[in-house]
Amino acid sequence: MIEIKNLKANVNTDEGPKEILKGLSVSIKPGEVHAIMGPNGSGKSTLSYVLAGREDYEVTDGSVTMDGANMLELEPEERAAAGMFLAFQYPVEIPGVNMSMFLKTSINAIRKQRGEPEMDALSLLKLLKTKCKQLGISDEMMKRAVNVGFSGGEKKRNEVLQMALLEPKFCVLDETDSGLDIDALKIVADGVNALRDPNRSFLIITHYQRLLDYIKPDVVHVLADGRIIKTGGPELALELEKHGYGDIIDAVA
Amino acid sequence: MGATEETIATVKDMAGKYSAGFVTDIESDKAPKGLNEDIVRFISEKKKEPEWLLERRLKAFAHWQRMKEPKWAKLEFPELDYQDAYYYSAPKSAGDGPKSLDEVDPKLLETYKKLGIPLREQEILAGVKGRTPVAVDAVFDSVSVATTFKDELKRHGVIFCSISEAVREHPELVKKYLSSVVPYSDNKHACLNTAVFTDGSFVYIPPGVRCPMELSTYFRINELNTGQFERTLIIADKGSYVSYLEGCTAPMRDERQLHAAVVELIAHDDAEIKYSTVQNWYPGDIDTGAGGIYNFVTKRGLCEGRNSKIAWTQVETGSAITWKYPSCILKGDNSSGEFYSVAITNGRQQADTGTKMIHLGKNTRSRIISKGISAGRSNNTYRGIVKIMPGAEGARNFTACDSLLIGDQCGAHTVPYIESRNKSAKLEHEATTSKISEDQLFYCLQRGIGEEEAIALIVNGFAREVMQHLPMEFAVEAQKLVGISLEGSVG
Repeated sequence: MIEIKNLKANVNTDEGPKEILKGLSVSIKPGEVHAIMGPNGSGKSTLSYVLAGREDYEVTDGSVTMDGANMLELEPEERAAAGMFLAFQYPVEIPGVNMSMFLKTSINAIRKQRGEPEMDALSLLKLLKTKCKQLGISDEMMKRAVNVGFSGGEKKRNEVLQMALLEPKFCVLDETDSGLDIDALKIVADGVNALRDPNRSFLIITHYQRLLDYIKPDVVHVLADGRIIKTGGPELALELEKHGYGDIIDAVA
Repeated sequence: MGATEETIATVKDMAGKYSAGFVTDIESDKAPKGLNEDIVRFISEKKKEPEWLLERRLKAFAHWQRMKEPKWAKLEFPELDYQDAYYYSAPKSAGDGPKSLDEVDPKLLETYKKLGIPLREQEILAGVKGRTPVAVDAVFDSVSVATTFKDELKRHGVIFCSISEAVREHPELVKKYLSSVVPYSDNKHACLNTAVFTDGSFVYIPPGVRCPMELSTYFRINELNTGQFERTLIIADKGSYVSYLEGCTAPMRDERQLHAAVVELIAHDDAEIKYSTVQNWYPGDIDTGAGGIYNFVTKRGLCEGRNSKIAWTQVETGSAITWKYPSCILKGDNSSGEFYSVAITNGRQQADTGTKMIHLGKNTRSRIISKGISAGRSNNTYRGIVKIMPGAEGARNFTACDSLLIGDQCGAHTVPYIESRNKSAKLEHEATTSKISEDQLFYCLQRGIGEEEAIALIVNGFAREVMQHLPMEFAVEAQKLVGISLEGSVG
């Protein structure tokens, strides 16, 4: 169970702290997929960074718990080990570090934090092969440097691959649809759908409804000016697509 | 990568910050403190050297007294007091130099084992199938204490021994080549070395022989206030090949220690020499900068013959001050020189390092890849020169210098000189400076990788182009060193 209660957060800017999240609350049960939709500037990316614990984002009030455990007091890498995963809107390039090296480091860092033995090279290789095959990722990609020269679709597929490997409890997808054409979008959505599991919660942060055509949410929230202003079923997303954010924001105001 | 993780574990396990920073308690035989003609004679006498070598030493010493220290590097340090150091120190048990490992003081073997260079195991491993053995010459303070695999090498005609032994056993080679690439008057540090060098390694590869194993020297400064002045001479005769590795450590000391080495390489027609260094001298206290090694080294290779090739690869992580420019003189037509460098500075370290490529012959080629990483309050300078002489028709050079900054209190500087006196020459130069981005770090953290391990991972990625030129055995060690030397650079 993921519980975000009355979350308030500032981002540190050159002009001092600026409040972006102004009391946001969402509860996600195991197995559920929630979508948060909102216009530009509503606080979508801030939410994903705050959840993952990025520096420069300061929580001023509220709580985030995962199965009762306080996430806000953990370092970003500890949150990862606790089972929180963020699929980045813009996956970052790390020149000279090949994918298999990066994944091996990541998996073993998490295992170590959990007090599990490191995975040996051979088992890792096997695991990588299996997961890549499931996601239609070529072995060749594992030899390339992390996200360097990857197409938009490859970058997002790579995020899903990492999600599959790290087997998180809570997946946050930050604008995963941005920069994808419809074919790439379908492949990525298929990957995410395959990971849906009664013990796993998803939070899909998106501007557009189209991703939700492929990943069906159980609950849709509308985010505006740092708060959830409306919550409903999948039909809410379609309504937004039809009438835009303006109508709902005006109606609530 | 297992290596970085292991690095972090190693670092955490370490009581101090520098793993090689222990002192071996062993009795030593020292020359009186200070430097004068008598000390030069003392060293020569201790080594039972022939008259011609003593004469060379004295000539160098006389010249040295008139020389000025090079001041052009971007390095700041107090004037050196040459009288406040010992110029000769040998473990008492060493005597005339051991014949076999059984005669080596067990304490010394233990020291090298602690450093990860188990001399004994190296020999035993030779019998294990599928593993390439490495022959090691171990230099402790001023003398060579052991050289492994000598007999095996002898069968191939390869000579690998301490330079003192070479003076006795192969005087004709030493006389001919010593100071032939780095003349005694080259610079003040090299001149001092010529006067007081105490030991080092000698390699000769006969024509057409591909040296069957990696050759390696491990230098260890143990004694307090002792300078180490080793001399390395490698000759690859026609059509031969050798790969040589050099590693260095010293205990943690509050006092500065001087290390002024000279390395000379000579490659004849169609010969190839690969020279790799992993330098991990004590860098001084990370916060105050107290202590640490002054590393003033002159390394130069002569591509004497046609189609000869010399490649320098260095991973420099230690020393308080580094002044080092491994160079190639490309004399033979079609000869080529390469320089691959990773220099990491942290704390208060200062490094001024780079290369010189002097193109004399036709169609000579050189390639320079330099990766500088600065952290803490350190300063890291790449300084290089590419010189194309009038006769170097069709010469080519490619240079790429990349700097990576960690934090905002360190400095990275790139000083490339290019001098072309032949219109047909083609020269390319690329340079970049970047910082480890917050985005990269956060991405790694989100994948469960802690900050120090993330930095080691990113830096190893940055340095990969150079690391892959290291022999396998060294690459793993070097990767670990990257992590260790950057410890304390964040947070």
